[in-house]
Amino acid sequence: MTQPLLTVRDLRVGIQAMTVVRGLSFDVTAGEMLAVVGESGAGKSITAQTVLGLLPAGTRISGSIRFDGQELAGAPQQAYQRLRGRRMAFVPQHAMSVLSPVHTVGEQLALAVQSVQRLDRKAANERAVAALDRVGIADAGRRARSYPHEFSGGMRQRAVIAMAIVNNPDLVIADEPTTALDPTVQARILDMLDELREQSKMAVMLVTHDLTVAAAHADRILVMYAGRHVESGPIGRVLAHPRAPYTAGLIASLPPREATGGKLPAISGAPPAPEALPPGCAFAPRCPAAVDACAEHEPQPQQIGSGHLASCHRVNELPRRTTELYA
Amino acid sequence: MTAPLLEVQNLTVHYSARHRRIPPLLAVDQVSFTLHAGETLALVGESGSGKSSTATAVLMLRRPQGGSIRFEGHELTSLDERALRVLRPGIQPVFQDPYGSLSPRKSVFDAIAEPLRVQGRWAPRTGPARVAELLDLVQLPGSVAERLPQELSGGQCQRVGIARALASEPRLLVLDEPVSALDLSVRAGIVNLLTELRDELGLGQLFISHDLALVRHVAHRVAVLRRGRIVETGPAREVCDAPSHPYTRELLSSVPGLDRLPTTSPPPAPDLS
Repeated sequence: MTQPLLTVRDLRVGIQAMTVVRGLSFDVTAGEMLAVVGESGAGKSITAQTVLGLLPAGTRISGSIRFDGQELAGAPQQAYQRLRGRRMAFVPQHAMSVLSPVHTVGEQLALAVQSVQRLDRKAANERAVAALDRVGIADAGRRARSYPHEFSGGMRQRAVIAMAIVNNPDLVIADEPTTALDPTVQARILDMLDELREQSKMAVMLVTHDLTVAAAHADRILVMYAGRHVESGPIGRVLAHPRAPYTAGLIASLPPREATGGKLPAISGAPPAPEALPPGCAFAPRCPAAVDACAEHEPQPQQIGSGHLASCHRVNELPRRTTELYA
Repeated sequence: MTAPLLEVQNLTVHYSARHRRIPPLLAVDQVSFTLHAGETLALVGESGSGKSSTATAVLMLRRPQGGSIRFEGHELTSLDERALRVLRPGIQPVFQDPYGSLSPRKSVFDAIAEPLRVQGRWAPRTGPARVAELLDLVQLPGSVAERLPQELSGGQCQRVGIARALASEPRLLVLDEPVSALDLSVRAGIVNLLTELRDELGLGQLFISHDLALVRHVAHRVAVLRRGRIVETGPAREVCDAPSHPYTRELLSSVPGLDRLPTTSPPPAPDLS
């Protein structure tokens, strides 16, 4: 087994009075796509931003974040600046939040190239055009001279991905990169990301709330709830045989393929606010399998199959098909 | 066959630019459909396909440039504001953004009571009971009545939005992406609520969505819009399982990963290696 590219252990992130990530561990291996799935408030975006060192000063971070052997938790901003844009890159949800409206797309890409290596303008421009071409923008040479507002939403997102990959990073962290896009555009962009991954050994950490996106593109999945690990493992295994009741509930409540009409199995209640977490397992108040003991301790991830971990006190007592909990 | 609740014929909506030389944008182009009581008709398509423009026209929030909208036999496009006001309670919207649809300064009670007050149907004795009844209908505890939207979860806010729509005793709900902004684990509950209300109250539902898996589950019929035109229409299951138009096929193929989600086949023995 090769060393993972990114190893996160017992990560805790505190913002003001709240602890939003509460002891999270996961790995990302070179070349793979890890989907981090959870609903709003689960801590998935904060985790992504912590790994990239993008959180404001004053954020409390403990635990370990090792990227290619280098410890980043507590490292100074210079350490991040040496990595960001070169070895790890970020793709945000809203392209316009990273694109400048007053420079052409080509200029911005060329600047990204020149910020990490000494190249003259012509060479940097060539690299910029090549990157636009790689993300599937037709007639890249001409489009590089366009401004972001002249691009469609899908093309802007491609341009942001081009900016992320222009320096051939080892890890791209994409936070809901296609959520704001139409479904057909979303599918094309995710397919394009798959191709990029095949061409290079680039790893992708994809933050998403959409299980179907994870199902179609990821190699592994990490399901989070209220800042903690719920379940992780190879995507096919976790989706076909979820062992944590929360994962099972998410899967059970998707509209089925076979029948139409009727009631969907639904999880009762709503996710807790980070400032008002229930004691013990944060999912217990909504969990159909919860017993009194669930409210006493927080469950730790347990290995239940090769590479498959679930955080649930009752993992060994649940029915074989956990989605039946919601029947 | 009973008369349809809503009958839309050759609906045309265009938006004209401020500058005279820019031609107007044809957002809805000769769209026709009917909707019966107790039925869910889904409008699907990408942004810009004319879904929301159609909804806005049906709600008469913006007068269409052409075509006819008949609701319970009344031709809405030929009525003036005064006459429309009588009919408006019959057609109620539920919007996508649960927080954005409620005033941040109004309590849940006031938000639900407002349509009753505006329509002159508020009496000090029966009003509060009606609000309690509506909260019960959307399966919210009476204790949320005094809360403000920011104290509620997204799913709870959406239930308040639905209760407010029901306060007017509508026959038609226009649901514009009613669950797409909600947390994953609360969506199914709202979907179930909407179907229950439809079946119990016999509501017609115009369900706007880009989520085809969801549409296949909730809708009886589907109309697929592209660039303002209906390219395919039919029973939800037929359109979703055997689409005839290439655009519908593209929309369906972009619903990712459904084939990798579990089916009803029994799971293999657990691997405890």
